[in-house]
Amino acid sequence: MAEPIITFQHVYKRYDDTVALGDIDFELEQGKFYTLLGPSGCGKTTILRILAGFTEASEGKVTFKGQQINRVPANQRQINTVFQDYALFPHLNVFDNVAFGLTLKRTPKKDIKRRVLEALKSVRLAGYEDREISELSGGQQQRVAIARAIVNEPQVLLLDEPLSALDAKLRTAMQVELRQLQRRLGITFLFVTHDQGEALAMSDEIFVMSDGKILQQGSPVDIYDEPINHFVADFIGESNIVKGRMVADYQVQFVGKQFECSDAGIPAHEPIEVVLRPEDLVLTDVAKGKLTVVVDTQVFRGNLYEILSHDADGNQWLIHAVHKAKVGQEVGIYFEPEDIHVMRFGESEEEFDARLEQYEGDD
Amino acid sequence: MKRAHGFYSVPYVLWLALFVIAPLVLIVYQSFFNISGQFTFDNYKLYLSSGTYLRMTLNSVWYALLITALTLLISYPTAYWLSQTKHKQLWLLLIILPTWINLLLKAYAFIGIFSQGGSVNRFLQFFGFGAHQLLFTNTSFILVAAYIEIPFMILPIFNAIDELKPSLLNASKDLGATNWQTFSKVVFPLTLDGVKAGVQAVFIPSLSLFMLTRLIGGNKVITLGTAIEEHFLVTQNWGMGSTIGVVLIIAMIAIMFLTGERKKRGR
Repeated sequence: MAEPIITFQHVYKRYDDTVALGDIDFELEQGKFYTLLGPSGCGKTTILRILAGFTEASEGKVTFKGQQINRVPANQRQINTVFQDYALFPHLNVFDNVAFGLTLKRTPKKDIKRRVLEALKSVRLAGYEDREISELSGGQQQRVAIARAIVNEPQVLLLDEPLSALDAKLRTAMQVELRQLQRRLGITFLFVTHDQGEALAMSDEIFVMSDGKILQQGSPVDIYDEPINHFVADFIGESNIVKGRMVADYQVQFVGKQFECSDAGIPAHEPIEVVLRPEDLVLTDVAKGKLTVVVDTQVFRGNLYEILSHDADGNQWLIHAVHKAKVGQEVGIYFEPEDIHVMRFGESEEEFDARLEQYEGDD
Repeated sequence: MKRAHGFYSVPYVLWLALFVIAPLVLIVYQSFFNISGQFTFDNYKLYLSSGTYLRMTLNSVWYALLITALTLLISYPTAYWLSQTKHKQLWLLLIILPTWINLLLKAYAFIGIFSQGGSVNRFLQFFGFGAHQLLFTNTSFILVAAYIEIPFMILPIFNAIDELKPSLLNASKDLGATNWQTFSKVVFPLTLDGVKAGVQAVFIPSLSLFMLTRLIGGNKVITLGTAIEEHFLVTQNWGMGSTIGVVLIIAMIAIMFLTGERKKRGR
């Protein structure tokens, strides 16, 4: 593994008597796209502020290329930030905003001009250098903010929910652009968002956070397919979560029935929770289904039907179906063994990874 | 809607017409008559050719500048500090409070404080510096004038600083600026409008201060304000007084133009 560019080692952040971050521990590698994902108030922005140098960790060690940077002031770090409100300087035009950092470093005028125009080109704003900030749309201001940060050639770029103020279509377009930009520049991106779709679409690695802690770290696929607990499963995408019990390896029991599954390494009879993603559930005849439910409501979403149903025990089941059903109709639900994701109560990420490794080796 | 808006503005328009526009017109009208009531341009000729009036004008401008500079020097850091404190509103109230007290009362209070047997001199004596003539000096005039004007300078600057988004300061540091660079390149340019408003609010009234020049300055500094008062109340030469008034009004318009909003520079 390459030497990490940034590490957090047992970092805590306390404000008076509230704990904003508790024992944060992670490493970032050079040139990857990382996302801190969590609901508002989970501490993701605090991590960003500590990295940028706007606030100091109460405890623990933050390193940059092996050097501790806890006390290095923000203006001496090779890290730049794209702010949630863009924080463009309203008294300067686009060119001067982007040139701000270079001017401070006393870069020769010729180089400034070349690099600023280059940066503007890379965010597709060539020809906008003489505009005033107030003349730009939200999406354009967003790009200026990115250009202003990347023109300094930082080692790490921090992005604090930079897309949250844009409309849905522009946001999707910017997601693709940001991802391409990151690949092209090879800079490490640390992106903060509460939007799980955004995180899944852009990231190499996602850190799911809640209440000042990192709950799970992994690739988008890992996190989506193998959520470690109820919170992650619920936060990432939509899910059906029911209580159950492990019967044996590869055998799990829930809603009073026994099913084949792909999880193992859990003691028999241990109470667990089971996640089934709505898009993994297939509507079928009662006879062919593994479960029988009654359709309560059906909403047409354009690309799918969102069907809410309940089984005989009163558990709710959300189904994303391609074909229509009838409200009040009794239908069967079919799913594959690998669609069942088993979650243990209170399992830490290390234990989870260890177990996964152990039984996957058995195959 | 339009008609309703028009209706509600009637009281203020009446007020404006009676107490702002009419007096202005009267002053301009009066300035073209001499002391015996004949139409003439002599007042303006006299004003422009007499060394006394020009010196008075320079005096006024010079002292107004000094007062403005002193208030600005005190007010900007104060406003900045104020915007960082926890109990902004309380401090702000304390700063505004003195403006509710009558100007004359404050002037008389300073006579007591600065006089030979006043508290400042007693304080100096206690520490062995001896008594000094403080009252009726130019310094005391500037100090008291600045004291009176400070709230009018602090308020607009405070508002400008308070409106600054904290993320702008973070952005500046993030891009490599030191604290001083952040101040000179971001904070000051963005609060300049507040400074301009404060300068207007202080400089223009300072041009025509006259009670303070007498009570605190001991009539050593004769400003345009004093001259107007003398002409209207003592020499009864309303024409000349009005002429100086017109000059003051022109000066005010010039200041407002100089410190006012201008179109952003293009490149």
